[in-house]
Amino acid sequence: MSVIGDGMIQAGRLLISGDPEVLRITWRTLQITGTATLISVVIGVPVGVALALRKFFGRLLMVSAVNFGMGLPPVVVGLFVWLLLFRYGPLGWLDLLYTPGAMIIAEVIIAFPVVAGFTLAAIQTINPKMRFQILALGANRWQFLWLLLQEARLGLLAAVIAGFGSVISEVGAAMMVGGNIEGLTRVLTTTIDQEVSMGDFVLAMALSIILLLLTFIVTAILTWYQQHRRQPQ
Amino acid sequence: MKKNSLWLCGLVVLLLLGLAAGCAKKQAQAPQPPSPANKNLILSSTTDVQDTGLMDVLIPMFQTQTGYVVKPIYNGSGQAIALGAKGEADVLITHAPSAEKPDVDNGDFINYQLLMHNSYVVVGPPDDPAKIKGLSATDSFKKIAAAKAVFVSRGDNSGTNIEEKALWKQAGITPSGSWYLNAGQGMAPTLLLASQKTGYTLTDLSTYLAQQKNLQLDILVQGDKALTNIYHVMQVNPAKFSKVNADGAKAFVDFMLNPNTQKVIADFGKDKYGQPLYYADAVKSGS
Repeated sequence: MSVIGDGMIQAGRLLISGDPEVLRITWRTLQITGTATLISVVIGVPVGVALALRKFFGRLLMVSAVNFGMGLPPVVVGLFVWLLLFRYGPLGWLDLLYTPGAMIIAEVIIAFPVVAGFTLAAIQTINPKMRFQILALGANRWQFLWLLLQEARLGLLAAVIAGFGSVISEVGAAMMVGGNIEGLTRVLTTTIDQEVSMGDFVLAMALSIILLLLTFIVTAILTWYQQHRRQPQ
Repeated sequence: MKKNSLWLCGLVVLLLLGLAAGCAKKQAQAPQPPSPANKNLILSSTTDVQDTGLMDVLIPMFQTQTGYVVKPIYNGSGQAIALGAKGEADVLITHAPSAEKPDVDNGDFINYQLLMHNSYVVVGPPDDPAKIKGLSATDSFKKIAAAKAVFVSRGDNSGTNIEEKALWKQAGITPSGSWYLNAGQGMAPTLLLASQKTGYTLTDLSTYLAQQKNLQLDILVQGDKALTNIYHVMQVNPAKFSKVNADGAKAFVDFMLNPNTQKVIADFGKDKYGQPLYYADAVKSGS
C-alpha cells in the first residue's frame, strides 16, 4: 500500500511548502462548506425549535419530513438543483449554475434537515418541567428561548457538527451543480475525484489527508466549544 | 576574497538587471486583454481531454488570448451532446460522430469542425487468455465472446461506449452473460475495474497511457482502421437557443482550429509518453 504512505508524505510536503493551488482549493472548500453550514444553522435551528415546542396541525408530518430529509441522497439533491438551475430550467434566470452559489444551495438542502432534526431532538430531550420553571421565574419570550438553547447546547453543537460533516464530505452534488471548475468551484472532494480519473492516486491520497485534517480541525474546534464552555448560572 | 565578493556583487547586479528587464518586457508584451460583453462560456466536453490534461493546457491559452472565462463541464460524449442539444452549453468537444450527426443535421449544432483524432485500442490481461493479440478489432471481440473472457463495458453511452457497441454489431454478437460487465463509469474507472477483474476493455489510447502505471493491462489490438477515434468541435446554434453565447463559441472554435493551437495539440504528451496523444486534423483540412 505504497500509495497511502506516499500520499501522506506528499500531503506533508504540500502543506509545509504551502502549495498555492492546494491552499486555494482548501480555502475555497472551507468558504463554501462554512457558508452552507451557517445558512443551514440559521434555517435549521429555528425550524427544529419550533417543531419541538409548538403544537399545530400537521406537526407530525413535518417532523417526519425533517427526519426523512436527514437521509436525502446527495446525488438526488444534486440532480434536482442541477435541473432547476439549467439555463432553460425554472430557475435559469438566476444564472447560478456552475457557481459556488449553486453548490451552497445544494449543500444547504442536504444539511439543513440534519441540523433541524438534531435540534428538534436536543430540545425535546430537555425535561418539560424545566420550561415551566424558566417561565415561572419570569423570563420573557426571548430569555426563555435563549435559556432553552443554552440548556440544549450539547445537542445543538452536535447538530452543527453533523451538518458540517454532511457538506464537507459531499462530492456528487458538488460535482453536478458546481462542475469542478478550476479557480471557481473546485473543492477538495471534487479534486480528489478528478485526480483519481487522471491516474494520480498519490496526489488524490494527499488531498484526502488534507481534507481529513481540515474536517478534524473544524470538528475539534466545535467539540472544544461543546465540551469546555461553562454554562452561565 | 575581495575578488570573490566583487564577482558576487556583479552577479547580483546582473541578476537584478535581468529580472527588471524581464518585468519590463512582460509589461510591454502584455496587451490590454480583450473583454467581451458576455464572458461566460460553457464548454460541454468529453472527459478524456480532461483526464489526459490537454484542456488544462488549452483553456488557459484561450482565456488569455480572448478574455473569455470557460466553464468546462466534462461528461461522456452522450451526455455532453445531450447538454448541447438542450442549449445548456455554448460549445462542444465530443468524439462520437454517429451520435453527433443527428444534432448537426437538425440544426442544433453549427460550425461542426474536425478537430483531431487518435485511436482506440483493445487492452487486456498480459497473459491474454482469449488469445486476441494482433487480431483485427471485430475478430478480437468474437474471440473474447467465444472464450467468455471478462469484458468490461463503459455502458455510459460515451463515445467509446458507442464505438464498442458498433464493434459488437459488426462482429454479429449481442454481448450478454456473466463475462460481460457493465461499469457505467468513465474511462479511467473502467480501466481500473478491468485491471482488477483481469478483463478486457476498449479504451482510447490517451486515457490508457495516462493511467498505464496503475494498470495491469497490455495493448493487445491496435492499428485497425475501425479503431479510429475522431474528435469534433462545434457550436450550439444560437438561432435555436437565444441564451447561447454565440460570439464566445465562435471564438472557441476558431481558437481550436488555429494552426498554433493545432500545433500544441499535436505536440501534447510527447515529452511525457514519448508519443503524441492526439493527431491534429484541422491543419490538414486547410482551415
